[in-house]
Amino acid sequence: MKNDIVLAGVGGQGILTIAAIIGKAAMDQGLNVKQSEVHGMSQRGGAVLAHLRLSSEPILSDLIAACTADVIIAMEPMEALRQVQSLSPSGAIITASKPIVNIPDYPEVEAVVAELKKHPRAVVIDADEIAASAGNARGSNMVILGAVSRFLAMDAQTLRDAITGFFARKGDAVVAANLKAFEAGRKAAE
Amino acid sequence: MAQRLFLGDEAVAQGALDAGLSGCYAYPGTPSTEILEYIQTSKLAAERNVHREWSTNEKAAMEEAIGMSFAGKRAIVCMKHVGLNACADGFMNAAVTGARGGLAVVVADDPSMHSSQNEQDSRYYGQFAMIPCLEPSSQQEAYEMMSKYVFGESEAKGTPILVRLTTRLSHSRANVEVGEASPIPAAVTADASDRHFVLLPAIAKKNYERLCAKQGTFEAMSEESPYNAYLEGADKSVGIVASGIGFNYVMEAFGGKCPHPVLKISQYPLPKKKLARLLSECQSIVCVEEGMPFIEQQLRGPLADPRIKGRLTGDLPRTGELNPRLVAEAFHLDLPAVPVVSPLVKMRPPRLCDGCPHADTYRAINAAIADMPNARVFGDIGCYTLGALPPYNAISSCVDMGASITMAKGAADAGIGPAIAVIGDSTFTHSGMPGTLDCVWEKSPVTILILDNLTTGMTGGQSSVGAGRMEAICAGLGVEAEHIRTIVPLPGKHDENVAVLREELAYAGPSVIVARRECIQTLRHKVKK
Repeated sequence: MKNDIVLAGVGGQGILTIAAIIGKAAMDQGLNVKQSEVHGMSQRGGAVLAHLRLSSEPILSDLIAACTADVIIAMEPMEALRQVQSLSPSGAIITASKPIVNIPDYPEVEAVVAELKKHPRAVVIDADEIAASAGNARGSNMVILGAVSRFLAMDAQTLRDAITGFFARKGDAVVAANLKAFEAGRKAAE
Repeated sequence: MAQRLFLGDEAVAQGALDAGLSGCYAYPGTPSTEILEYIQTSKLAAERNVHREWSTNEKAAMEEAIGMSFAGKRAIVCMKHVGLNACADGFMNAAVTGARGGLAVVVADDPSMHSSQNEQDSRYYGQFAMIPCLEPSSQQEAYEMMSKYVFGESEAKGTPILVRLTTRLSHSRANVEVGEASPIPAAVTADASDRHFVLLPAIAKKNYERLCAKQGTFEAMSEESPYNAYLEGADKSVGIVASGIGFNYVMEAFGGKCPHPVLKISQYPLPKKKLARLLSECQSIVCVEEGMPFIEQQLRGPLADPRIKGRLTGDLPRTGELNPRLVAEAFHLDLPAVPVVSPLVKMRPPRLCDGCPHADTYRAINAAIADMPNARVFGDIGCYTLGALPPYNAISSCVDMGASITMAKGAADAGIGPAIAVIGDSTFTHSGMPGTLDCVWEKSPVTILILDNLTTGMTGGQSSVGAGRMEAICAGLGVEAEHIRTIVPLPGKHDENVAVLREELAYAGPSVIVARRECIQTLRHKVKK
C-alpha cells in the first residue's frame, strides 16, 4: 500500500493540521510516513505546500516526484491548480472552492474551478459552507479531510481516532465539532 | 523500542537528549529552530534540567556550548547556515582548542533559500575547520548519529563535530525508532593546569599541529563510518556518489534498486579508499549532493576531470535544492512528460499578516519621507523584510543580521540622508547594538527604528531576550534621552507617528524610535490559550 499526497493552501488555512492528522493515523495503522513541509517566511500568507507519503514499504525520498502523487488536497482552488504537475494521471484532486484573494491579479475563480474540473477525478466543495452548516465555521480543513478520507487507502476510523487525539487537549466539545465537520465532508464527497 | 513521528530537527534533539546531553544553545533560524523548541518541551530535558534557553545570538550560543564542553559536559549548539557565519570565530577556534565534553555543532542549511538570503553549504566550514562533519540522510540516521555516535566520538577524538542538515530533512517528519535514554555521563575531567583552551600563540601552534595530525584519524573514522556505505551495482558505466538526502533521491529514481554502484556519503572528510574504488571501477561518476557541489569540486580537481558529472556540468541544476525528478533526469531515465501549469496560476508571495504592527510602521515611514528623495531605508532580517514588497516597497537593503544600522551609518557617511535603519527587537539585540554604539560615538545622522513586537516573530514567536527594554538598552549605549522615542504602530496613531518620525529625521545625530506593539500571531496564540 502507498499513498503519495500533496497538500496545498495559503498560510494559516490549516493544511499542516490535515497533514499531521493523516500522518498520525497512518503511523497508528503501522504504516511508514514521511511528511515534508516548509516553515518560516513562506508561511506568512503565501502559498504553502506539504508532501505526505504513506507506505507499507520503507519510504526513500521526502519529496514526491512530479506526475506521481495519488491525491492533491487543497484548501484553495488556485493552490490546487498550482500543484497539478505533481499529480499522477490516475490521481484525484480534492479542493475547497472558496478563493483567498490576497493578491492583485487573482484570476476569475470560475475559470480556475473549470480548469480543475477538466481533471477526471476532481472534487471541488464549498468547505466553508459545509463547515458552517455543521456548526463549526472554523472546521473547513476537517471538512476537506473528511472528503479526502474517501480517497485514501486508510481506514476512516483511524482518521477519526487521530482527530480525537489531535484535539483532545482542547476538550470534548472541540473534538466533537471537528468530528462533525469531518463527517460532513465525508458525506459531501460521496 | 518506541516509534515516534519526528521532524529531522526533533530526531536530532531527542538523539542528543538520549545521549546524555547537558545543554542545548541556539538562536532561532529556519530551518533549525525546532531543535531547541523540542528540547524546551521535552519532559526528559526538564527532569534533567538540561540547558534550553535561547541565546542572544549564534556567537553567544557557540561560546556557551564551548564553555559547557570545557566543563566536561555534552553540549549542542544549533543554528541555520548563515548563523554559522555569525559565530565562525568561535567555531574555527573550537576546532583548534578541541572539545572536552562532547560538542556537536548542528547547522541546518537552506538550499533554494525558502527562508534565507543565500544557500551556502556548511560542509565547506567543516573542511575549513578541519573537523569531522556528519550529514544524515534520514530522520532515523539523524537520531542514531546523535544518540550513539557524535558525543562519544567527539570526546574520544577531542574534537567538535559538525552535523549538517538541510531543509528537507530538518522539516520533514518520519517514523523514528527511539531507544532508551542514557544517563548524563560524569563530566570529562581535566587537570586545572590543562591549557588547551588558552589559544596564546605558543599553545595555539601546538594545538593546531595536533589538529593537523588528527586528519588521518578523521579520515579513518569516515572510512569505517557506519554512515558511509558502498552499494554494489552491476552496471559500471556510471558510478554514483550520493550524499545526505541526495542518496534518497537516487534510490527513489531507481525504484529502490540502483543498477549502478552507489557510494553513500554521510560523513566527512571524504573516505578516500571507498572513493578510489568507485573511480577505478566506473567509467564516469555522477555526484548527487543537496547544496553546493562540494564533493564534485574535490573529485573534478583543478583540471576538471571530464568523467566527474553533477551540478558543475549541468547534469543537475547549479543552484537550488534537488528533488526526485531532477535526479531521475540526470540519469536519463524514462519519465512521463510534466504537464504545463495553467497560466491562470499567479504568484502568491508571503506578506505581512493582517493587523501586523510592521505594516503600520512602514506606512508611517513612507509618509514621513514622501518629500525626501535622498532618504533611504535600510532593512534587516525578520518578517519586516517583507516591507521590500508591494504595497510598501519601503526598504532598499537586507543583507545580514544587524546590517540595517551599520549600512545606514556607512551610507550616511557617504552623504545619503536621511539614513533610516529598520530592525526588529530580537535582531537588534542579536547584532544591532555595536552599530548603534558606532553611531553614538561618531554622532552619525542615523534614525534607527526598532520594531519591537516583543518576540522573535519570523521563526514562530520565540522569546526575545531584550524585548520591552529597548529604550533602556539604547540609553545605556549612549543615545541621548530626548532622541529615544516610543510610538505605538496603529492606524489611529498614524499622523502622530509620522510627526515623531519627521522630528527625529530632522535631527543631525543618532536617534532611536521604538515602534512597540505585540506581534499579531503571538497575541492570537495567547488569546487562544
